[in-house]
Amino acid sequence: MTALGRPGTRGLVALAAIMAILPALLPNDFLLGVATLVGINAIVCVGLNLLIGYAGQISLGHAGFFALGAYASTILVGEFGWPPLAALVAGAVGVALLAVMIARPIMKLKGHYLAMGTLGMGVVISIVLDQEVELTGGPDGMPVDAFTLFGWEPAGEMAWYWIVSGLLLVSVWLALNLINSPIGRALRAVHGSEVAAAVAGVDVARYKVRVFVVSTVFASIAGSVFAHYSGFITPSEASFLHSIELVTMVVLGGLASIFGAVVGAAILTTLPQLLAFLHDFEMLVFGAILIGTMIFMRKGLVPTLAGLARRWRR
Amino acid sequence: MAVSADFLQFLFSGITVGAIYGLVGLGFAIIYNASHVINFAQGEFVMIGGMTTVSLIGLGLPLLVAVAGAILATVGIGLLFEKLAIEPARDASIVALIIITIGASILFRGAAQVIWGRNFHSLPSFSGDDPILIGGAAILPQSLWVIGGAGAIVAGLQWFFNHTLAGKAMIATSHNPLAARLVGINTRFVLMLGFGLSAMLGAAAGILIAPISLTYAGVGVMLGLKGFCAAVLGGLGKPMGAVAGGLIVGISEVMTAGYVSSAYKDAVAFIIILAVLFFLPSGLFGDRGTERV
Repeated sequence: MTALGRPGTRGLVALAAIMAILPALLPNDFLLGVATLVGINAIVCVGLNLLIGYAGQISLGHAGFFALGAYASTILVGEFGWPPLAALVAGAVGVALLAVMIARPIMKLKGHYLAMGTLGMGVVISIVLDQEVELTGGPDGMPVDAFTLFGWEPAGEMAWYWIVSGLLLVSVWLALNLINSPIGRALRAVHGSEVAAAVAGVDVARYKVRVFVVSTVFASIAGSVFAHYSGFITPSEASFLHSIELVTMVVLGGLASIFGAVVGAAILTTLPQLLAFLHDFEMLVFGAILIGTMIFMRKGLVPTLAGLARRWRR
Repeated sequence: MAVSADFLQFLFSGITVGAIYGLVGLGFAIIYNASHVINFAQGEFVMIGGMTTVSLIGLGLPLLVAVAGAILATVGIGLLFEKLAIEPARDASIVALIIITIGASILFRGAAQVIWGRNFHSLPSFSGDDPILIGGAAILPQSLWVIGGAGAIVAGLQWFFNHTLAGKAMIATSHNPLAARLVGINTRFVLMLGFGLSAMLGAAAGILIAPISLTYAGVGVMLGLKGFCAAVLGGLGKPMGAVAGGLIVGISEVMTAGYVSSAYKDAVAFIIILAVLFFLPSGLFGDRGTERV
């Protein structure tokens, strides 16, 4: 059992090393900014993968929680003058409370009904953000005040890159610890068969609620960071398409693979940038790539490539 | 008892949009029954149907020919989609299949933007725009086309499922694919048929509604989601449940917009579905499932 944690630790070190040398390889601020966005998406995906990949519960509404974090930070800092870190924590706590309230009824749903329930929740959040113009600025969005911590303000792309990288490492570390704990084993049992897990003494409902709440907190914190980093947010952060993007990152990278979530986030965040030269054909090609990857690498990139590597070594 | 003209007006508008949601929901139900996949590209079939009709009429074809051409084209696309994207991934997990249908919806929308641009297009009404007055409510002739067309399609499908071999094969496959194969049903054909039928339903919905609500490359996103609401509300995989779900969603939406506020009109469908799922986790008419370990 002790060997279980080791590949994870090795991966964590590798991830840290990649993030440390990346700025030296990226020639300009634009690409550094893309790397920062990758990091923000990866934080959401690592949390979401705990829910989808390990507990086997889909969510098509996580962009809603991302947006709630972003708006909580923006409004608490901008309108009420809160310190940004306090606003971020308050946003995460608020989202966690909301998640606890809705998790019981939502997590009772199965399969496609769960997809519908989470989708509906996300759409309702996005419509509220769109309509409560006085609070949120409506469809036009709102500007976000700069992030400050005890008088220090991260200036430039490089500072944000390091902040996000640090947060991502912490997220991955937390996720690795969680899945290698008894909670993680219980979650995988729930994924295999809920009835069997319950018979084996796992309190299925409680574990599902917990992992749902944890994944929403990851999303909320990433949302707060994104708001301060980008300086402007709109209700489209909560849109169904954004939720879909997040799920696609997790599935494309590989379900039940923490590093898969990071790889998926990296590919799907950079791909639209790389395809930008295609102009009008961008969406068409993006859709085709999505279909092709799922047909030929249906377990996701990281598990498929890891499997190939293992076979090749033999 | 006097029914107010407002109420009648809202009721008719509600039934009109509800009929469209019902047709889209029916498309979800049929593909779900044939494959247990939720086809997130269902809304794009609606868009393709409407847009192709606009283009064909632009070429100078008469309405009837344009409609037939658009339905055939959409069915063709639906069959190709099944053959090229769903068939090769038949044994993949449900989540992977869902992502494939999402990829297809993005691809279809991208292709539509290339072909038709980002503008709104309109389709002339089938029989004029002079409203018909019934009990003080003004009804557009196109509304009657929508309600009548949807009714005819639903009746036709009902007959197809109950009285033809292919229809009965689809019902059998939805209950148990393995058992259906054992009695000699070609389930791959059923899958093709399901995608063809759903594409046809989507195209019909898109053509019927286009004169009322305009059509554009992104029109399928919300329509698709609300159709999904209708399908789940009616208990996933219950075709007539999906139609009932569509009507419930459509009427509540218009009543909310009319009597309460139009700001949250688009949220109504999702609030209903959340409320229902919280108390009835399998929809209004769904089976109470059991899990085999």
